[in-house]
Amino acid sequence: MKATVLVRPKAGILDPQGDAVERALGHLGFAVSDARVGKVVDLEVNAEDEAAARAQVEKMCEQLLANPLIESYEIELGG
Amino acid sequence: MASPQPRIGVVTYPGSQDDRDALWALAALDAEAVPVWHEEAELPALDAVVLPGGFSYGDYLRCGAIARFSPATAAVRAFAERGGLVLGICNGFQILCEAGLLPGSLLRNASLRFVCRDVRLRVERADTPFTSRCEQGQTVVIPVKHGDGRYVPPPDLDPAQVVLRYRDNPNGSVEDIAGVCNEAGNVFGLMPHPEHAVDPLLGSADGALLLASLVEAARDRALAAA
Repeated sequence: MKATVLVRPKAGILDPQGDAVERALGHLGFAVSDARVGKVVDLEVNAEDEAAARAQVEKMCEQLLANPLIESYEIELGG
Repeated sequence: MASPQPRIGVVTYPGSQDDRDALWALAALDAEAVPVWHEEAELPALDAVVLPGGFSYGDYLRCGAIARFSPATAAVRAFAERGGLVLGICNGFQILCEAGLLPGSLLRNASLRFVCRDVRLRVERADTPFTSRCEQGQTVVIPVKHGDGRYVPPPDLDPAQVVLRYRDNPNGSVEDIAGVCNEAGNVFGLMPHPEHAVDPLLGSADGALLLASLVEAARDRALAAA
């Protein structure tokens, strides 16, 4: 089963990359605010069903893919 | 009385860069510097361990996130839990944070630029095994060289765990924090590189104050064990 993990800097954590992207978009003429840069991890998970896959990916996030002090994560399953 | 040379290990991970400087500096300060390979699941008999700077495992995912799972890191964790002295420098600090042996995390510099220069640091605590040769409030000059040194503490960090602060914050660290210890005080991490500042020829010998403190504390432990 395909899984996608979205990892984001937590609210309140300074994100200089997001600020730089926001400024660059401003130079291009786009009126944007609150740009934040995170990362995406695509996985193929061996699991019986969606619940089992989600439980596995949750553990992966807690143990490695995200640092809970500074990052939040979101899991998308399917495909 | 002849005092024994304490044995201080320096762990080399794939991508470590400052392991040789750390070994050299410790030997220059009269320790027996012992190289430790990252695949070693058990440490040799040691009185202290140093995790050096560099880019372990390419800094993939997050700095220190992969090194945390290497066999040597598990051995270092066990050593720290027995009360052993552990010093993490730069990438070593990042590894200790990722491993949960130190509080907080280190993120991309606020400037988004790699910074490589001498910085002035204020010694907040001189009563740790890593700073006993310093005086509280003293300013020391030690170089930094990192792209990911912005320290973010956990919300509940005890201010007493802050050992060093930047006088001229080079990376946007919260509350100018440059180095922290764990609650027990036997594990310490900092972004600046004391091993690059042990000879006046290189601009400053202030790093030797920190490393000589560690050597002395390790020697005390070796004597107590003997």
